[in-house]
Amino acid sequence: VEPRHGDMEPHSPGPSIWPVGFAVGIACVLAGLVVSRPAVIIGAIIAIVFGALWARDAMRAGRHAEEAPAGGPPAVATAADLDYEADTDGEVTRYPRNKFLELSTLGLGGVITAVVALPVVGFAVLPAFRDQVSFEVDLGPTDNFPEGDWIEVNYLYDPAVGDVSRQTAFVRYNGMFQEHPSYTLISNRCVHLGCPVQASGPREDDQRKEVEVNDVRVTQTPVLPANFSCPCHGGAYDTEGNRTAGPPVRALDRFKFDLVDGHLVLVDRYSVAKVEGEGARARIYGYGIQGPGEHVDGFSGWLYPIQPQDLRS
Amino acid sequence: MTVTPETRPPVPPPSRKKKRFTDRLIALVMVPVDWIDERSAIPRGVHWFLFRKVPSDSNWFHTLGSATLTAFLVQAGTGVILAFYYRPTPDEAYDSIRYITHDVTLGWLVRGMHKWGASVFIILLFLHMARVFLFGAYKYPRELNWVIGFTLLVLGMLQGFTGYLLPWDQTAYWATVVGINLNGTGPIVGPFLAQFLRGGDEIGPNTLTIFYAFHMLLLPGLIFFLILVHLYLVVRLGVSSPPWSPERAGAPRLDGEPRGPGLVRPRARGRFAR
Repeated sequence: VEPRHGDMEPHSPGPSIWPVGFAVGIACVLAGLVVSRPAVIIGAIIAIVFGALWARDAMRAGRHAEEAPAGGPPAVATAADLDYEADTDGEVTRYPRNKFLELSTLGLGGVITAVVALPVVGFAVLPAFRDQVSFEVDLGPTDNFPEGDWIEVNYLYDPAVGDVSRQTAFVRYNGMFQEHPSYTLISNRCVHLGCPVQASGPREDDQRKEVEVNDVRVTQTPVLPANFSCPCHGGAYDTEGNRTAGPPVRALDRFKFDLVDGHLVLVDRYSVAKVEGEGARARIYGYGIQGPGEHVDGFSGWLYPIQPQDLRS
Repeated sequence: MTVTPETRPPVPPPSRKKKRFTDRLIALVMVPVDWIDERSAIPRGVHWFLFRKVPSDSNWFHTLGSATLTAFLVQAGTGVILAFYYRPTPDEAYDSIRYITHDVTLGWLVRGMHKWGASVFIILLFLHMARVFLFGAYKYPRELNWVIGFTLLVLGMLQGFTGYLLPWDQTAYWATVVGINLNGTGPIVGPFLAQFLRGGDEIGPNTLTIFYAFHMLLLPGLIFFLILVHLYLVVRLGVSSPPWSPERAGAPRLDGEPRGPGLVRPRARGRFAR
């Protein structure tokens, strides 16, 4: 009858503190990713040290168990077993120098591999953790934005990159509010999965204007949106960008703006949970920029704790 | 009348001229092969790989794996030729695709083979997977090969995702926008993954080159390597019988510890030897 293995046998290796320390280190790394970079390094050191101790103990316990199986039913070491045990380390006797050379070869190889591989891996992965680059786009003279009218502006957010950086936004001048001009600038990027949101309503292409600012062409097309809607999966928003139907998880992103020499300048984009009120009196629940489909508020927002962002307040 | 050694007609002595000719023919082929075999054992390995026993009741369904391999090789071959002419920059990508389609001799054919062959590859992957599943060919001792095959399926679909952007037209652009943002909705790591795929905040030149590098170098290399391991395991473990065969698809397994001496648990030999 073959020996049964189950809970009757003591666990090998026995309980130890090292896995706990290893887990603490990993937790520290994960928390550090959210909170601070130095904590990541400290956590990594903790995890490596405790992991090494754990591995060492596990190997030692395993070797121990092989030499004397503890309490298993037919644990009588036969001559065959002992013979086998004798040659598990190879037919020849190992000298300390032999073991040292093997270890140092492996260690040196590991160090060389790490020196070569780590910068390469870092080069490939680190850009994913870089902060967001902010940009400013001159949309042309403010005269082109009459009060209360929606203008669809089309511009390049980074002329150096070229046509691939073409973006669209909807702009409305809300008039003066508390002696300051008020504009609503809504991004056309659907916050479901990033398709281009369209202004549902007439589009006055014959009144399109083209403005050249700093050799960059900006087109301005008057639109009369009843709402905004997305062609991809049917997301719908009201004219303040609040979700009214479909799969989007929040309101449409907005842009900050600046007024420079009588020109309207579009500044960084930010994400919006919801908007209460309308026009100049709107109360905007703004957050740092987040990708489409990511919640910004409530419990679901905790799933996206870190965002690459470098937004001026 | 039964043929016995006594009654069998004597074998006529082979004509000297004919024998010399066949000998020379065999030598012509075999001597160089033997020369290589003696020094590398590669012909022996090829023999081991190709000339092996398969169940007598294996059938056409067993060829789906080879069909998938063929589809992949077609993708690899046509892909290399397309790379002669394709330029992965936002300003030139679409024009180079148009050039391949309209100006390069038979370019439309090679591009069409690559485009439609991609779908054929994925469809065959799934058919092959269905065959293995329905025949129970994933059972012991072939579980590892199922896992490798599944990894190949994922890599194949990643090839589809990365290759879809390369024509750089409206469909490609917006499909990739949606695809990357889908990745971005993954909890915790999603935003980083999306930014890694984009190579920045927004889709731009970096996205195209990253997808090109993945599609051209990283993923095909991984797929090639895993296919080799996949095939090695197929040859090592043998082809499984279909369900209607009197033979079982999976081998019976011992309870408890693995059989035979292992690298990690050499004691198993001593214990089970008794």
